[in-house]
Amino acid sequence: MSVLAMTSVSRDHGAGAGLVHALAEVSLEVRAGEFVAVMGPSGSGKSTLLTLAGGLDTPTSGQVVVEGADLGAMRAAARSALRRRSVGYVFQDLNLIPSLTAAENVMLPRELDGVRARRAREEAGRALQEVGVADLAARYPDEMSGGQQQRVAIARALVGDRRLVLADEPTGALDSHTGEDVMRMLRARCDAGAACLMVTHESRHAAWADRVVFLRDGRIVDATPGRPGPETLLQEAR
Amino acid sequence: MSIRHGLLALLAQGPRYGYQLRAEFETSTGATWPLNIGQVYSTLSRLERDEMVTRVGADDEGRFVYRITPAGERDVLRWFATPIARGDRPRDELAIKLAMAVTTPGVDVRQVVQTQRTASLRALQDFTRLKAEAPRTPADQGDTAWRLVLESMIFQAEAEVRWLDHCESFVARALPPAAPPGTAADVADLPSGSEEARR
Repeated sequence: MSVLAMTSVSRDHGAGAGLVHALAEVSLEVRAGEFVAVMGPSGSGKSTLLTLAGGLDTPTSGQVVVEGADLGAMRAAARSALRRRSVGYVFQDLNLIPSLTAAENVMLPRELDGVRARRAREEAGRALQEVGVADLAARYPDEMSGGQQQRVAIARALVGDRRLVLADEPTGALDSHTGEDVMRMLRARCDAGAACLMVTHESRHAAWADRVVFLRDGRIVDATPGRPGPETLLQEAR
Repeated sequence: MSIRHGLLALLAQGPRYGYQLRAEFETSTGATWPLNIGQVYSTLSRLERDEMVTRVGADDEGRFVYRITPAGERDVLRWFATPIARGDRPRDELAIKLAMAVTTPGVDVRQVVQTQRTASLRALQDFTRLKAEAPRTPADQGDTAWRLVLESMIFQAEAEVRWLDHCESFVARALPPAAPPGTAADVADLPSGSEEARR
């Protein structure tokens, strides 16, 4: 089942002579358990694709469906509820709130979603454990290294079993070893059933994905074939 | 690839049979460069001729043990101490192909670049899968050696993709996009002055 399905999605900016097709007729599907990377030169529409997939922006035309729900057909309130419940974001700039501890940062999206503090704290503990920084729960962002902060940011993106993880250059300024740890975490999350869409310009990180999609001038120009799953194997057997 | 120095380096650790050398060479390099036993023996006989190794004793089946000579040991040390010159590597077919693509009329250079990029990324995915399946910390020395070879292939594939990215943006700036016959509109969309200004 596809967690994210984008069909003929276009996004224009400006009008008349200044009209820019940031994204043109892009169709893309990310299934449960699948890790898809998007590569392309700057200005190719990578980040636009990600913001549309997460419902942070609305397409000029086309359809974005997350977990079976058509984002375009939803009211704003329902859309942001779906966003909080189903979608996790990992950005290059970690955006951890400096006045909150690691645990509180991870709890925040769940509390916003109406989960009681005690349960949110338990969930945050599990999420921090999953990314290997359970012992840092009480620390503030400025008391952690860049790699530790990124782990906390990932825990925040994964807390509460979000099934769609959107990552924009998630390894940012991290050294290659820590960057690889981040990839291992995202990979593990997908292997456990989540769907992940990641934008990156680093081929060594894109290579952790099952499928790499190449964007140029707002269009998909090529892709590596996905990892054969049971369905494709069955199709090939026929 | 220097099989010669690879075998000498193994012999520097102690005398070995030919078949042993082959097995150890493949273990160290994760079977990246499979050797046939004929290659091993022809290399050993050249090393013997150059007085880098000597044959000592034979087992019941008439197989010889090879031992490194002091000259061979010096050669191994020199090999480890000397960087590999770029010029020692075989000609890079991909660079030649792209150079040809740029100068041959009617070839869509961007497409040549993209085709290669997709293939390189597939290779990179395969290498990464091998890495992901292996334990994070190598189990023993042989595993460590194999991981280094694997990482070298990952870095090379990565470098190739980066170079292709660079080629693409360079070509996009230097050449008009290859227009299908009869579509003058594409040429009109060129950023003003990109090609004309160069002439």
